[in-house]
Amino acid sequence: MDFTLSKQQQMVQKMYREFAENEVKPLAKKVDAEEYFPKETVEKMGKLGMMGIYFPTEVGGAGGDVLSYVMAVEELSKVCGTTGVIVSAHTSLCAAPIYENGTPEQKAKYLPKLCSGEWLGAFGLTEPGAGTDAQGQQTFAKQDPETGDWILNGSKIFITNAGYANVFIVIAVTDIVPDKKGRPTKQCSAFIVERTDPGFSVGKAEDKMGIRGSSTCELIFEDCRIPADRMLGVRGRGFQLAMATLDGGRIGIASQALGIAEGALEETVAYVKERKQFGRSISAFQNTQFELAEMKARVEAAKYLVYAAALKKQEAMDGKKVRYSVEAAQAKLIAARTASDVTRRCLQLFGGYGYTRDYPIERMMRDAKITEIYEGTSEVQMMVISGALLK
Amino acid sequence: MADFNEYKGVWVFCEQRQGALMPTDFELVSEARKLADELGCEVTGLLLGDNVEGIAKELGGYGADKVMVCDSPLLKDYTTDAYAKVVCDMVNEYKPEVLLIGATNIGRDLGPRCAARLHTGLTADATHLDIDTAKYIDFLKESSTIDLSKQKFDMEDRNLKMTRPAFGGHLMATIICPRFRPQMSTVRPGVMKKAPFDQAKADACQIVKPAFALTADDIKTEVLSVEKAAEKLVDLIGADVIVSVGRGISKDVNKGIELAEQLAAALGGGVVGASRAVTDAGWMSADHQVGQTGKTVHPKIYVALGISGAIQHTAGMQDSECIIAVNKNESAPIFGVADYGIVGDLFKVVPELIKQIEAAKAAQ
Amino acid sequence: MKAIVCVKQVPDTSGKVAVKADGTLDRASMATITNPDDLNALEAALKLKDATGCEVVVVTMGPPPAEGMLRELLARGADKAVLVSGREFGGSDTFATSQILAAAVNKIGVGPEDVVFCGRQAIDGDTAQVGPQIAEKLHLPQVTYVADIQKDGNTLTVKRMLEDGYMMVKVQTPCLLTCIKELNQPRYMSVNGIFTCYDKPMEVFDYNALKDDPLIEVDTIGLKGSPTNVFKSFTPPQKGAGTMLKGDDVAAQLAGILAKKHLI
Repeated sequence: MDFTLSKQQQMVQKMYREFAENEVKPLAKKVDAEEYFPKETVEKMGKLGMMGIYFPTEVGGAGGDVLSYVMAVEELSKVCGTTGVIVSAHTSLCAAPIYENGTPEQKAKYLPKLCSGEWLGAFGLTEPGAGTDAQGQQTFAKQDPETGDWILNGSKIFITNAGYANVFIVIAVTDIVPDKKGRPTKQCSAFIVERTDPGFSVGKAEDKMGIRGSSTCELIFEDCRIPADRMLGVRGRGFQLAMATLDGGRIGIASQALGIAEGALEETVAYVKERKQFGRSISAFQNTQFELAEMKARVEAAKYLVYAAALKKQEAMDGKKVRYSVEAAQAKLIAARTASDVTRRCLQLFGGYGYTRDYPIERMMRDAKITEIYEGTSEVQMMVISGALLK
Repeated sequence: MADFNEYKGVWVFCEQRQGALMPTDFELVSEARKLADELGCEVTGLLLGDNVEGIAKELGGYGADKVMVCDSPLLKDYTTDAYAKVVCDMVNEYKPEVLLIGATNIGRDLGPRCAARLHTGLTADATHLDIDTAKYIDFLKESSTIDLSKQKFDMEDRNLKMTRPAFGGHLMATIICPRFRPQMSTVRPGVMKKAPFDQAKADACQIVKPAFALTADDIKTEVLSVEKAAEKLVDLIGADVIVSVGRGISKDVNKGIELAEQLAAALGGGVVGASRAVTDAGWMSADHQVGQTGKTVHPKIYVALGISGAIQHTAGMQDSECIIAVNKNESAPIFGVADYGIVGDLFKVVPELIKQIEAAKAAQ
Repeated sequence: MKAIVCVKQVPDTSGKVAVKADGTLDRASMATITNPDDLNALEAALKLKDATGCEVVVVTMGPPPAEGMLRELLARGADKAVLVSGREFGGSDTFATSQILAAAVNKIGVGPEDVVFCGRQAIDGDTAQVGPQIAEKLHLPQVTYVADIQKDGNTLTVKRMLEDGYMMVKVQTPCLLTCIKELNQPRYMSVNGIFTCYDKPMEVFDYNALKDDPLIEVDTIGLKGSPTNVFKSFTPPQKGAGTMLKGDDVAAQLAGILAKKHLI
């Protein structure tokens, strides 16, 4: 596999680094401490094409590629995990399913505004009683026989970007049909819900351990009425659409995890060179050196998995009939574990200072944990990987 | 190539703003005097403005033998077109061997335009000038790491040797202009030492008013207004005490600046300077910046708080009489130029320092 | 209507500066960047493009690898790039450089509505000479240290900074402005800009491309055409280290020293 970055990929990486350093890093502490959602950063990223990196220019995208998108989430997450996931959820969980499943009208209506950052996107699958589980879904959509409108009832929880999103991809049960053995089985469909739709509201924000600036809220549907043309993809295939969407989403989260790990390592390398104990820089201690060496090797290993998943998704974008579920699951599993492991060990090297909020390392450790949980826990990733192995 | 024998005298372009001479003018005239003595020629000030004859004689007190005054309403405010035309016409007519211009925002506009028109070389922002080779060698002994035993010099060389910093002060370069005349240099304000004022010489200074041709059609730009900065800009160059802050104040920028102000006050009243990191970050305005791209200062006391001491900064302050550095990092390069160094957190050290200085003053 | 922006690739002197044993700069070991003030010049041109739809042309003189910098400037929004490159141009001082760049700008063509933008100065030489010298050779009016630009048709009203204030200056196009960092905040490369920058036109002007311009003569360009020569270059000596104060009473020690030296 060729991981040589093209000239353009090197240039976007340089641009993301400058942007992250100058625009994102200075806000990171505030984002965490005040649960501040960095709206101004989203606006700036929209202008630079960072809210629709790998979509073609015909739909308002920046005309880049999947790896360039992955590097964006990575570079942003190096300095601020919150900003990384805002881009990831928006791109992978909202713009991507519309691009991949939308009608020409839906693409024309939503993608230019999403790619420019004028509208922010979100994705609603998880419910209080159901995560990655179709039969547990309790949000129902019923069609009005006269108008063809869909009427949604139910709720979704832990929805990233919810408080600021304008467009939501929502999974709801539309049909109950007997399976082969005659048992009633739920079939889901995907819908595009706009923030202004009647009967739709956003509940209160969660008080989280990490990614504290990311707006995570409940979505509430009370006779939420939307027109018939808001159904995304094929009726009854919504759960499959959601799973395919999450395959892409997991690459984004894997990139976030990778970025957090790299960011922590960079901070730690700088710190150990400066910090002195027993009369010498702590970088002179072999324990420090070995810890750094192993962390660096693990981060690089995670990076190859994440980039490999990106290249596989690129093949799909280029029209090849390939799935990348396993690559995405492997990347997310390893990158997330690496992020948790590396941030924890980095904090240990920081010692007492690392435990204080004067340094970013404890924030990185808190931010890292979520990557093992959302968009499919590490256990779900292992189910995907082993499922393919034992098929 | 010009006939060099035609070119005689050291000229200083004497800048005035709103009818007042600039401090740089006196520094440059004093320096020109030294060069002219080595060359055995006159120092001439070239003063352009509107009704400025009255301020010309003062230049004589610093060493000008003669001031050529070009008065015209068209020269009231600086415009590139008018000033460049008159300066170039004067040079072509009277042929000075050397022309020095203060490296102010105006001098750095005028100098290159004139040099291009006169087809001669221009050294930018010189910080040291020599004619005499022996003196230049003495200068190198003191200010360079060159092994002079391996160098050959033409002791008869009468070219102006113009030394200036380059690459942010990491390198010094001595520039010559051997094939063209006049030899031109802009000179960094605040660097050359002003000679003591001599009233008798001022009285003896000859004022001449040469004829020159200038019409409104020569001027392609129009000055609509000249505004003084609303907030008083800090006078770093004239200050006896400067307390500068660097990136080390990032933990609490306002508190850091406040501590610097308090320390400056305790040290007998001074001003607060800043490193480039601080002005680039927008924590303080650019007029506070000390260093290669900021101002060159040599106060009696210079305190560097939380400044690592990149050469960019030290180039502008290393000639201060007493340098005190406070930095958390004991290997910070600032300690290499400091007379007294304290390793510690400025937020803890400075309040204690203020207390002790007040106590020491009270005890005197 | 066009905005022509003159830019320079420079070693990043804000980082570690490497000096060779002979007292010259070890450029090979240093990262190169677009000169910071030149980015403000480009931004001013791009703002003009945003307002009027004019074409933005960037021009630099340098070795062939400077193409990488020009591509980045195209990615920021410039439409066209010109790389002036040739052995004959090597060794040029500011006079000779401006001679060559002026010929290049002539070849690009300065129309009655056009504006030439330069940065105030480059961080390697800090001379601030090339902008005004290009203006002189193109017979254009110049305004340096520009901190604000208002455009009304062919009339520009420009804020020109002085050390102790500023001037408001009115100037007609075509003209040349040198820009300072207070003028604007340079934009980043955009993702789309990056993915299209290799499709934008890039011309190389070598000696043959410019030699018919009267500004280009054997004795006006390159080392031979440079009125100034470097006589010596050297590194300044480090001042000897001073006294490091140690102990719990460093503040009192220092106050004592200052009092003894009558500095307070």
